[in-house]
Amino acid sequence: MHMMYFSERPYHPVDEEILLRNGYWGVPNKYFDPAVGARLYNEYLDEDVFAEQVGFDGIMLNEHHGLILCMGAVVDVEAAILARITKKARIILLGNPLPVVANPLRLSEELAEIDMISGGRLIPGWVRGGGTEQFANNANPAYNREYFNEAHDLIVKAWTTPGPFRWEGKHFNYKFVNPWALPLQKPHPPMWIPGIVSPETVRWCAEHRYPYVALATYLEPTVELWNIYAEAAAREGYQAGPENFGYLQKVFVAETEEKAQELGKLELYGGGMYNAIKPQWMFPPGYNSKAATKRLAHQFTDPSGEGGLFTGFEGKTLDEAKAITYGSYSRAQQTYQLIRGTPKTVIPKIRKILEILRPGIFGFWQNDGPIGHTERMNNIRLLGEEVLPAVREIAKGLGLESPLMRKPGSRPLSASGNWEPVTQSELLSSL
Amino acid sequence: MAETGQQWTEERVPVAGTELVLVRGGAGRPLVVLHDELGHPGWLRWHSALACEHTLVIPLQPGSGKSPRLDWIMSVRDLAGFYSRVLREMGFVPVDVIGFSFGGWVAAEMAANNAQQFRRMVLVGPAGIRPPGTEIEDVFINRARDYLDASVLNPSDTPEYANLYGGLQPTPEQFEAWEDARTEVARLAWAPYLVNPSLPHLLEGVSGLPTLLIWGHQDRIVPVSAAEVYRKSIAGAELVVFDQCGHHPEIEKSSEFIRVVQQFIT
Repeated sequence: MHMMYFSERPYHPVDEEILLRNGYWGVPNKYFDPAVGARLYNEYLDEDVFAEQVGFDGIMLNEHHGLILCMGAVVDVEAAILARITKKARIILLGNPLPVVANPLRLSEELAEIDMISGGRLIPGWVRGGGTEQFANNANPAYNREYFNEAHDLIVKAWTTPGPFRWEGKHFNYKFVNPWALPLQKPHPPMWIPGIVSPETVRWCAEHRYPYVALATYLEPTVELWNIYAEAAAREGYQAGPENFGYLQKVFVAETEEKAQELGKLELYGGGMYNAIKPQWMFPPGYNSKAATKRLAHQFTDPSGEGGLFTGFEGKTLDEAKAITYGSYSRAQQTYQLIRGTPKTVIPKIRKILEILRPGIFGFWQNDGPIGHTERMNNIRLLGEEVLPAVREIAKGLGLESPLMRKPGSRPLSASGNWEPVTQSELLSSL
Repeated sequence: MAETGQQWTEERVPVAGTELVLVRGGAGRPLVVLHDELGHPGWLRWHSALACEHTLVIPLQPGSGKSPRLDWIMSVRDLAGFYSRVLREMGFVPVDVIGFSFGGWVAAEMAANNAQQFRRMVLVGPAGIRPPGTEIEDVFINRARDYLDASVLNPSDTPEYANLYGGLQPTPEQFEAWEDARTEVARLAWAPYLVNPSLPHLLEGVSGLPTLLIWGHQDRIVPVSAAEVYRKSIAGAELVVFDQCGHHPEIEKSSEFIRVVQQFIT
């Protein structure tokens, strides 16, 4: 089991009403104070270093543009710093948004430098970027997947094929590919891919034998998605195992149940995930597959409103909006979207998730509500001292090997050629 | 097959290396209609009026729903070249053409490339040229529904608009059609957004093509300042601007629109 620490590195000092009405993206940047940003970036780096010290195997970073939830606008900058100031933790980037990077060759060089400076601890990952990323970088969403595929192929080739060579693709053209900076890890660093709901991405991962890390998704659809992976893996001639999967889970612990509950609730500041981003910014034209657009067509045209999509709590007072937001807290815990408690009470819940999903990678997602540096450090300390050792033992007992212990794609298919699900979906009903 | 009373048919035509879906209706000399960035909205009053003396031929843009996407079409000039081939192969050249918004831009590109393929050209609030001092409204970052609402000056006073889009929510089919259309326009014209900087220069080389430009004075999609650049670029072009009218004169000022177009192409 590979256990990683993750935070989105949020920026909080924005009035909650602005977030409730506007969502987390598209807040005018007059509300951003670089002096506060300067403090926060350094606090977050300190927290990452502390996470390594208390025993996390890896530090996961991500990237968003113009999102108040995530200050990591250029993930490679933080990764480069961590490469130098940490000693042994893996630096896991989930991920670089390939379709919005205008020059993927430069990205290959940045990552190679980070890998060398870290002594070979980099695990790059790739994402398509959210809809907002397409707008923030003016990347054509209609070519999102084509950009993704071509940039990925170019980067891997730049890392593995001796230069110079030419790259004359559909979207990227280079006369002289010969990067001097090459990764220390050979033939190239391991790559992990995060995702939320896209079956296309899951199949792509299975074809490339890349572990797929589900980002705090609901458990039932996660099981379905991982079955899609296992089925695609069988078509590639291998049996998927825990080494092919990761799961990111929001976990927050404190010394007492009361404190954990009280601070844990702040995770919903500004609306929570159900009021995150206006739909026209989440789903730019061409970003989704035709099948996904068909599903969205019903959500968008739901006569009751916006089919569960962002509304900015239209027609609701501020108090009503807050009541709805924070009223979802207990349900979010019942569905395991949020795990809160003392180390003693969260461990059995994590065990349950590990038993059902059987991932080889498990990410602990920090409480990204406005709880302050001290409480964030306290969470990291308690996780390191009391939760990680127990979870490590549980994982060992369940035989959950990480992709760094067992090569993804190395597990043979059964003689019959049939695939076995990795998950234990029958346990879902026990939740 | 046409239903009883329906004035148009939808047909799949093998042409220009693909199967292009066309809406066709009326009788008389053909008039090619190039639809806007949200696709063909359906058969409206102005279609019926012009169909009395013309056969309306409305190609449904490849990739925007019914006609299959052609991956090689990656720019508006590619699309213009494709439509030129369609007109040649269908034996329409020279033909009358009317283009709306994005479709107006396509027609202008076709004219810039080969003005002789057209007999007369009508451009209604065409995109393609950057309006001095402002920008064309963004069809990608806004909800299709909000974009449509901004496209007419007074939605509630425009009966055909209310019939088409007046419901509280669009239907799932409408939504999907808009998404297909927006996706295809994104493929072709994401950046620079809905304009071709070289178009005014290329149009200066066009001569002998009678051209009518129609604009709404209060057009919030392609502001009317672009009209003057179009008029100066196309030798002899006439410009008609309707007051108290937005981006859709064909439904906002339907009677006047029908009259000026009929006069021009007859």
